[in-house]
Amino acid sequence: MMRKKLLEVKNLKINFKTYAGLVQAVRGVNFELFEGETLAIVGESGSGKSVTSNAIMKLIPQPPGIYEDGEIFFEGRDLIPLSEKEMSLIRGNDIAMIFQDPMTALNPTMRVGRQITEVILKHNKIPHSEAKARAIQLLQLVGIPMPEKRFRQYPHEFSGGMRQRVVIAIALAADPKLLIADEPTTALDVTIQAQILELMKDIQKKRNTAIIFITHDLGVVANVADRVAVMYAGQIIEYGTVNDIFYDPRHPYTWGLLGSMPDLKNDVKEELRTIPGSPPDLIHPPIGDAFAARNEFAMAIDYVKEPPMFQVSDTHYAKTWLLHPNAPKIPVPESISRRIEGYLKEAKGNG
Amino acid sequence: MVKKLLEVKNLKLYFGSPSNPIKAVDGISFDIFEGETLGLVGESGCGKSTTGRSIIRLYDITDGEILFKGKNIHAGKSRKELIELNREMQMIFQDPYASLNPRMTAGEIISEGFNIHGLYKDKLQRREKVAELLEAVGLNREHAYRYPHEFSGGQRQRIGIARALSLDPSFIIADEPISALDVSIQAQVVNLLKRLQKERKLTYLFIAHDLSMVKYISDRIAVMYQGKIVEIGMAEDIYHNPIHPYTKSLLSAVPLPDPMTERKRQRIPYEYEETDEHAKLQEVLPNHFVYGSNSQLKKWII
Repeated sequence: MMRKKLLEVKNLKINFKTYAGLVQAVRGVNFELFEGETLAIVGESGSGKSVTSNAIMKLIPQPPGIYEDGEIFFEGRDLIPLSEKEMSLIRGNDIAMIFQDPMTALNPTMRVGRQITEVILKHNKIPHSEAKARAIQLLQLVGIPMPEKRFRQYPHEFSGGMRQRVVIAIALAADPKLLIADEPTTALDVTIQAQILELMKDIQKKRNTAIIFITHDLGVVANVADRVAVMYAGQIIEYGTVNDIFYDPRHPYTWGLLGSMPDLKNDVKEELRTIPGSPPDLIHPPIGDAFAARNEFAMAIDYVKEPPMFQVSDTHYAKTWLLHPNAPKIPVPESISRRIEGYLKEAKGNG
Repeated sequence: MVKKLLEVKNLKLYFGSPSNPIKAVDGISFDIFEGETLGLVGESGCGKSTTGRSIIRLYDITDGEILFKGKNIHAGKSRKELIELNREMQMIFQDPYASLNPRMTAGEIISEGFNIHGLYKDKLQRREKVAELLEAVGLNREHAYRYPHEFSGGQRQRIGIARALSLDPSFIIADEPISALDVSIQAQVVNLLKRLQKERKLTYLFIAHDLSMVKYISDRIAVMYQGKIVEIGMAEDIYHNPIHPYTKSLLSAVPLPDPMTERKRQRIPYEYEETDEHAKLQEVLPNHFVYGSNSQLKKWII
């Protein structure tokens, strides 16, 4: 079955003017997204993952932001040249966003019900009573008990998890084709996080929504993603299916991310692998590979020339010179390969 | 025989009016042994931070006793005794942005304790001590002259750790010390805490909601729910053989970086069960305690 391509981002470059100089926050990002699929974008703070997703919604304030280059095709139409008026028809309607902090995303002075019907009425010409009925349906869909009563309450009467459900209900109000979730569970407890992730997957199944999931938690990525893009210093440095990234990581930065999580299953008490140093200054991005200074396997060429995206398989790409045919063969660090073997063995054992 | 450093006995801390109290901590008892790390986990509002803050006397407790090296820390004390206690017990806070005074340099922040305790009065000696502390946490001596806004989140947390170490304490309460940091920085800070523990023979109470890091750093884990400790035991036992249904539910919600396991993940929901007045923390296996009534424990252990 051919799936429909919903979104295609091509060579996206976003800069910000600051007093210190021009910050190159996103430096040539490419990816595509199909209907009903979840793409997870992982990376540390400052890697450009939130800027990328805000750019898709055209939420970058200009100034100081500048869409330096690139295209964002949504259903074949480039969003970058669109006017604010045209964009407001797409926002909420076709593309909706879930933010990290449910308290600041909701209006504390407005009843929850009205915050949902507001969205429905903006995008549909229907009577008020009908909008209310739909809002109550949405509250039910996101698993809020007693939706009729909850409809009339204010955000402060909801717990953190329930508030995030309201934010999801608002995002779903206009039945978007693409949902961008920027760290939607980071502020929540693990048990609530698990419920929200289940809810999002459930809704995706019912409505065939495409999801871009931004997070720094690799456990969450493993849970929700079909494909994963790892970002570093404003670029995607590894890209593949969730199995490619977790069982066959190729970029040393991805190794570092995986190694810095403690291995719960295999009871290893050795030191955690860390990535030494800190991310580069994006006012003066380094020449060559941006990760070179923190990379224990860096070669001379890493300081001279930026690596291209090397293809590992049909689905898997990584931006590191280590994949060049002439590069020395560097195996995955032992602590990570041991862990992966453990996971794979267990998966086999379970059938 | 390992010595008990801290004994918490039937600690209660109620907020609000006495007629309708909010029972943030509702009768918990546990010990912390010298040189170990006790992880305290639970969801927001379960009382874990309140417990930490009661131990370091940021709150006046409602009932119960907290003994540090055998001495009751909440009983009336002279100023001298309090100062001695404060030197022994230090805290690392969650938010590295809010816990450092933006108007003080890193050096001033770290050496503030010296003024209070009248230590290192000689300027040169003090500068050396600050430099030594900065180097111990992986910063360098020039950083003493910088202000908090010049540091990244991970570096700020290192300053918070250096401040906690400045008076050579024996016991450190770390309240969510890594949850505001990026993954790779979390690992750096956790490695640092482990190294410092070894070098300085520190005892930690590590409060967090992130179970995977807690399991990694802790020798023993206590699980809190609604103001009570529902299970306490060795980290491995809690993780591999949880008995209380709440612990099971909590563990079933922790996502692992393993997609094939995640695809099959079944979350176990927790349904609150009323306990009768006979419910208590009982030793079900060696060094593994679970809170419940006899009939509940019988049901859970099978």
